[in-house]
Amino acid sequence: MSEDRGPQEGATTEVDRPGGGPTAEVVGERTGMFGVHGSGDTSGYGGLTRLVTLPPAATRPYGSWFDDAVDVLAEVLVEAGVAFDDAVERVVVTDPRRPVEGEGPSRDAELTLHVAREHVVAVCRALRDDQDLRFELSLGVSGVHYPEDAGRELHAVYHLTSVTHGRRLRLDVACPDADPHLPTTTAVYPANDWHERETWDFFGIVFDGHPALARIEMPDDWPGHPQRKDYPLGGIPVEYKGATVPPPDERRRYS
Amino acid sequence: MTAPAHDAPHATRPAADDYGPGVAGFEASGGDWDEIAREAIGEERIVVNMGPQHPSTHGVLRLMLEIDGETVTEARCGIGYLHTGIEKNMEFRTWTQGTTFCTRMDYLAPLYQEAAYCLGTERLLGITDDVPERANVIRVLMMELNRVASHLVCLGTGGNEMGATTIMTLSFTAREEILRMFEAVTGLRMNHAYIRPGGVAQDVPEDFTEHIRELLPSLRKYLAMLGDLMLANPIFKSRLTGVGVLNLSGCFALGITGPVLRSAGHPYDVRKAFPYCGYEDYDFDVPTDTAADCYSRVVLRIEECYQSLRIVEQCMRRLDETQGAPVMVADKKIAWPAQLAVGHDGQGNSLDHIRHIMGTSMEALIHHFKLVTEGFGVPAGQAWQTVEHPRGELGVHLVSDGGTRPYRAHFRDPSFNNLQAVSVMCEGGQVADVVVSVASLDPVLGGVDR
Repeated sequence: MSEDRGPQEGATTEVDRPGGGPTAEVVGERTGMFGVHGSGDTSGYGGLTRLVTLPPAATRPYGSWFDDAVDVLAEVLVEAGVAFDDAVERVVVTDPRRPVEGEGPSRDAELTLHVAREHVVAVCRALRDDQDLRFELSLGVSGVHYPEDAGRELHAVYHLTSVTHGRRLRLDVACPDADPHLPTTTAVYPANDWHERETWDFFGIVFDGHPALARIEMPDDWPGHPQRKDYPLGGIPVEYKGATVPPPDERRRYS
Repeated sequence: MTAPAHDAPHATRPAADDYGPGVAGFEASGGDWDEIAREAIGEERIVVNMGPQHPSTHGVLRLMLEIDGETVTEARCGIGYLHTGIEKNMEFRTWTQGTTFCTRMDYLAPLYQEAAYCLGTERLLGITDDVPERANVIRVLMMELNRVASHLVCLGTGGNEMGATTIMTLSFTAREEILRMFEAVTGLRMNHAYIRPGGVAQDVPEDFTEHIRELLPSLRKYLAMLGDLMLANPIFKSRLTGVGVLNLSGCFALGITGPVLRSAGHPYDVRKAFPYCGYEDYDFDVPTDTAADCYSRVVLRIEECYQSLRIVEQCMRRLDETQGAPVMVADKKIAWPAQLAVGHDGQGNSLDHIRHIMGTSMEALIHHFKLVTEGFGVPAGQAWQTVEHPRGELGVHLVSDGGTRPYRAHFRDPSFNNLQAVSVMCEGGQVADVVVSVASLDPVLGGVDR
């Protein structure tokens, strides 16, 4: 696995982000083109600088049903004794379709709540049980590893669906690599049982309180967590007509 | 960063060397059952491993059953025997190459993984609106044919597991007709990599709609024959009715979607709830039942096949209307430059395209080379896209770091999630019902393990 792999590396082109603009969160900077690093600039593009941006935190009004849902969630959380600002660190709205002047986000827009890990169960319970939220269907948990994001290396992403209201929501919960613990949500969403096992298996996130946090895809005695960025893909070089093609994780990478 | 110290890959050891305190493990390889039971006297708990090499577990599913006589008192699943690290592999290939990998997950419904992945990529690129109408129609047509093919395998293997070989041979004959159509369009019967970010790999052949029009009556005939064989058959009914019941609240708690959820009475279908590929413009029904048992799931699957054929018919009209329209986004920085054609030795690179890039245009050659080797950059962010897979809701979570490869691609496979229901559906029933219950979930282990 190469050292420089991470959210900071990778793009050659700056891309128009609908709704991004100058407020978009800059997470990295890339220089050059054609994946040339460490050698002299032979391409003529060495002076090119591109910023890598993440969607910014959304500002009110979010548009669509998002404002209502966030308001209700805040209300329900306060009733449960949790301050909204403690539980939800950031609200992000992304819209894959081009924004129409004067209209809110399209029906494909996605709402992401960045939730503090100690409050994730309370947030899930509020989202499931309140009649105006009713996110009764959990479609699982997926992990993401950002080794460059110090103190928030491991993320668990929960995908919730409200069948009643026809809405979708994403919870993004981070924990540091040094203390990879998240509370389990299986008490609220039993469906997350295997998904949390899978996230433990692949990323090493420990879900405290899970009924049986065992490996699920890898063998029980497997060392390491394969989907982490510091875990090599492996593979063997392939020889063809005398030349050798290196394994995929050692091949040339384009920035 | 250092690589974790791990030994060379090795086979797994038995899940447990002993089954906990006070439990005697014993092995038997034939012999009189009474004698074997006497050997284990004082120990009434018998744990039987069904699979992973068992013909009725749909591949390499391992069922750990604790049985008391013929009654299953506890049932647990063991999975992971087919884990091939597809998600990890996708992080080392371009966004376009990703379709070649994800198509191999659930090998009976390859086009759904491709569609979900490509729709997710298009979300990140912000080009959902730019995908041409004809590409969407072709996607819908291919997916619906794939749904029929997948349901036919489910019904056929489900029947075969109960000893009804005719059901299987009939289903596979019908599926073969669909696979022939897939081969005509994509060049492959399975693992197509046909749906690409921005559209589809190539247009359908000229006489395609005629072939489909010929195919539909014969598919209907096969479905009717299957219905005749299964639905009123007293043995079939007695094996399936009231077996593997999972009610509505159980389905929601366990995140069960697809025919199993609809058999419990809820008409949740992603095509209706969160339409994609223009499904809101098609006229079709979502069949439901309230019995919540294996029999109702068989009825629903047959019914869904007829609904899929309804959609296919509407697609063909639209295909005829959009004849000659583009099937890939107009943005040349995303659209795959290579063109395919059928030659005397089968499908391959289009000679016209080769002639163009090799003979007449240096810029076209550079463009082709750059896009094929390096790929296109995708804005940083994450997206979630689901499609209605034959087995339930297939979700794709894509994360981009702004590069030309996915930073993370996660697939929420419906079979993976639905297998969690095995304990609830099987415990308290007969061993023979386990086979029927698992068949009604229709797990495909390629998708479960990925």
